[in-house]
Amino acid sequence: MSLSRSFDLVFTLTLKEIKVKYRSSALGYLWSLLYPLSLALLFFFALRVVLKVQVEDFVVFLLSGLFAWQWFANSLSASTVSIISNASLVKMVKFPYFVLPLSNVLNDCFHFIASLPVLFALAIFHSKSPSIQWMAGSILIFLQLMTTLGISLVLASLNPFFRDLERLTQIGLNIAFYATPIIYPFEMIPEKLKFIFYFNPMLPVIEAWHRLILKSEIELWLIGLSLIHSIFWLSVGFLIFSRFSKRFAEVL
Amino acid sequence: MREIVIKFSNVDKSFPSYKHPGIKTMLLRPKTLGTPRKRFIALKDISFEIYKGEMFGIVGKNGAGKSTILGLIAGVLVPDRGKIEVKGKVVPLLELGAGFHPELNSIENIMLNGVLLGASRKMMKAITQEILDFAGLNEFSNQPIRTFSTGMVARLGFSIAVHIQPEILLVDEILAVGDAEFQRRCLEKIDQLRKANTTILLVSHDTNQIEKFCDRALLLEDKSIKLIGNASEVIKAYAS
Ligand SMILES: Nc1ncnc2c1ncn2[C@@H]1O[C@H](COP(=O)(O)OP(=O)(O)O)[C@@H](O)[C@H]1O
Ligand SMILES: [Mg+2]
Repeated sequence: MSLSRSFDLVFTLTLKEIKVKYRSSALGYLWSLLYPLSLALLFFFALRVVLKVQVEDFVVFLLSGLFAWQWFANSLSASTVSIISNASLVKMVKFPYFVLPLSNVLNDCFHFIASLPVLFALAIFHSKSPSIQWMAGSILIFLQLMTTLGISLVLASLNPFFRDLERLTQIGLNIAFYATPIIYPFEMIPEKLKFIFYFNPMLPVIEAWHRLILKSEIELWLIGLSLIHSIFWLSVGFLIFSRFSKRFAEVL
Repeated sequence: MREIVIKFSNVDKSFPSYKHPGIKTMLLRPKTLGTPRKRFIALKDISFEIYKGEMFGIVGKNGAGKSTILGLIAGVLVPDRGKIEVKGKVVPLLELGAGFHPELNSIENIMLNGVLLGASRKMMKAITQEILDFAGLNEFSNQPIRTFSTGMVARLGFSIAVHIQPEILLVDEILAVGDAEFQRRCLEKIDQLRKANTTILLVSHDTNQIEKFCDRALLLEDKSIKLIGNASEVIKAYAS
């Protein structure tokens, strides 16, 4: 398939996702802010006000992880059902079906990028001076895009065959949320257990965001680890997807 | 000798018998994972050829495998055995509203549907007006299509499919929708496409339609081809 055909497909489908999201709700853009903001408020109340957990700049800390997590979680939920919700299309016409989950991931990526000014503004409000290092965020976005796409492809290709996956994804995402240092700092994880957390595909990106926003630090080892995750998941994703996509029309 | 654009050689096609076992079955009976499940045979030893520019009908009872043949030609299904050769751009016109999004308006849906069917964005931009005109939906172009009637959606779908220059058009039992006026224009358009040497496959339970428009036809019975030949002969065999 030619490059311009791929571009047309991805562009058109992503634009559709974005348009539909804006059009089917009155608040549109605000929703992609409101949900993470309400979560931040909730955790701030529970952890700081009630439990008196001491973390510096807790609100900025919470949001720098929550926005990225929101992208990841929304993409995975949408991608899991992306083939089934386009069943009549997949049964009718042949095209590279991976553009379906890809357009879901790009849609949420777009909303994540649109929420970054809010994050940066909050950081500056909390007397973090804006730094040139923040530009490294673009690398983090790219790495998260690859990782999220990889996992999305796995879920999208398996769900038509094992429909319970939809529920499992939701449970898995809930567990993964607490298994990722989003509402607690990475440093609080016991040294002996840390290596387990390195297998969490979202850990390096989230932790890199924390360091970047709060300390203007770029940690190369986190970027390296994230790169390993993204290459691994993208390969697994495309491998599984190409194996299963031939049989989609049969089971839908 | 006329050019062959579709060729089936000894094609078999089966489907999984029960659709989705779910994780429970897999966990409770892990053995089912390894052993191949029994499959439902839908087509057996199908061989036929379709020539360029031909209008070809497929008839047979419900569940005979007509749609399965179209799915194999479109490439969304893979055969268990045998070979399928298809030459040219296939445009399916099978299910109403597939590839449309209810929240988008007709102009946006024309772009979406056209690109999914294989046209470029550039081409779609150029022919949007033509598609709207033909579908008679100009005054509704800014309304979300969830507000459309079934007939209006059908008109839009048909109009897109015939305007993106198909080389092989697959039509599955949908010509009966839309009002009389639109049906007349559909048939006119199909005539025009035939003159432009487009190959058209028509699946319909309306035997009159097949007899009237198709050159040749194929009768499916008991998962295989019972008869293939002149449309009126095939219809006669089907009716008896
Ligand atoms: N995806 C599928 N899974 C299981 N069985 C299928 C599937 N698609 C079609 N079949 C079966 O194959 C047979 C042929 O179906 P189809 O080609 O749709 O018939 P029709 O001639 O009515 O269009 C039917 O018995 C149908 O139940
Ligand atoms: Mg059918």
